[in-house]
Amino acid sequence: MADSFSLMQEQYAKILQTYLQEKNEIGLYHAQQFSKKVLENQISPEEVVSLHLDAIEKFFPDLPQGARDSFEFLLEVMMGYGMAYREHQSLRDKQKELETEINVAANMQQTFLPKEIPSVDSLDVGVISVPASKMSGDYYHFVKDENNCIGVAIADIIGKGVPAALCMSMIKYAMDSLPEQRLQPGALLENLNRVVEQNVASNMFITMMYGSYDPRVHHFYYSGAGHEPGFYYNYKTDSFEELYAKGLVLGITRDTTFREYHKKVEPGDFIVLLSDGVTECRTDEGFIEREELTRFIHQYKHLPAQEIVNNVFYQLEKLQGFQLRDDFSLIILRRKV
Amino acid sequence: MNLDIRTEEEKDNSNILYVGGEIDAYTAPQLREALLPLTEKDGTNVVVDLSGVDYIDSTGLGIFIGALKSSNSNNTTLKLIGLNSRVKRLFSITGLDEVMDIDEEREEAK
Repeated sequence: MADSFSLMQEQYAKILQTYLQEKNEIGLYHAQQFSKKVLENQISPEEVVSLHLDAIEKFFPDLPQGARDSFEFLLEVMMGYGMAYREHQSLRDKQKELETEINVAANMQQTFLPKEIPSVDSLDVGVISVPASKMSGDYYHFVKDENNCIGVAIADIIGKGVPAALCMSMIKYAMDSLPEQRLQPGALLENLNRVVEQNVASNMFITMMYGSYDPRVHHFYYSGAGHEPGFYYNYKTDSFEELYAKGLVLGITRDTTFREYHKKVEPGDFIVLLSDGVTECRTDEGFIEREELTRFIHQYKHLPAQEIVNNVFYQLEKLQGFQLRDDFSLIILRRKV
Repeated sequence: MNLDIRTEEEKDNSNILYVGGEIDAYTAPQLREALLPLTEKDGTNVVVDLSGVDYIDSTGLGIFIGALKSSNSNNTTLKLIGLNSRVKRLFSITGLDEVMDIDEEREEAK
C-alpha cells in the first residue's frame, strides 16, 4: 500500500507538472484517468488533497504560507468526505456478502421445485415459473401415484422475496410429510391448512389449487383455497371457461373445509393453472384482462404444452417491458388427442 | 404513493376508517397502523370504507386478515363497505367474503 501510494504520488506530480506547463486537453484527460486509479486503489479524498499539496510544494518552494495553510484547511474539510467514502465501501462489501447469501438461498429454493415433471402417456404437461426477483413466492408440485394419477399443486404465498420463500419451504415440507397414499384434493388442503394456520403470522396467508388427474377415466378432481382461477379449454367448442374452486385461503381458521370439484376431460381439452402474477400483469395501460390472456394461449394452442407456456410468458414479459412485477407461474395439462 | 386515511368516531362506539389510494406492499404498513389498534378496543365496531380504493394486492389483503383475526379475539366487529368490483372480486376469490362482513352498498352514514 505504501509503495503504491508513493507511486501514485510520483505519477500525480508528473501529470500535474505536464498540465501546468502545457495546459491542454490531454492534461485534463490524464487527470480523469488518474481519478479512476484513485478509486481503484481506494485512496480517500483527503489523501488526494495531500498528494496535491506535496506536489505544489515541490514545484513552488516559495509557496506563500497562507496558501499552504489553506490546503491544511481543505484537508480537514475533506475528512468528512473520506469517512463517508469508507462507509460506502464497507456497505458495498456487506451488500456483496448479502447478495451471496441470497444467491445460495435462491439455489436452495430451486431444489424445492420438482426437477422433472412425471409423465404419463395420455398427458402433455408444460410448466413455467419465474420469480420477479431472486426468490419466489410461487410454488408448484407434481406427484404421480401407483395408479399413474398425476397430482398437481400450484400455490402463491403472500408477498414475495425472502419472507415468501421462507414460508414456501414450510409448504414444501408439509406436502412431503403427507401420507403416501393419494389424498383427495379437499382432504389435502384441509391437512395443509392446519399446518399453515399454526405456523404463520396473522397477516400471512397462502392461496393454493390442488388437482388430481386420473388417466384411467380422464377425470380431473380439484379443490381450491382462494387461488386465482385457472382456465379450462374445451377442444370441441374451441372455447375457454373459468376453472375455479371456491374455498378460503390457507391460514385463516383451523377447521376450514374445501369442496371438491371435478371435470371430465375430453381429448384435446386442457387445464390451465396460474398464479396471480400472470393475471396481474400490469402494462402502461393498466392490468391485462383475462380475455387477453386466453387470446395468447389460444394463439399458441397448436404447440406442445411446454411451448405454449414459454410463448405466453414471453408475450406477457414483453408487455411489461421485460420487468416482472410479481412472480409468474403457468401450468398446462393437456389430454393428448 | 401514499394512502389517504381518515378516521371518524361515531357516537355508538363505532369507528369509520375512510381509505383512499392503492393498498400494496408499500402502503400496507400505513393501513395496519391505522386499522389494527381500532380492532383491539373491546366493544368497538370498526367500519372500513373502501370507496376510495381502486386496487388491493395480496399484502393489503393480509392486513384485513390480520384485522379480522384481531377483531375476533378482541370482541370487536369489522365491516368493509364501498368495495369496487375489482376489490370485491379479490375478496370473493379468496373466500374471505364468507368469513368477513362485507357490504357492497355504501352505508347511509349517520
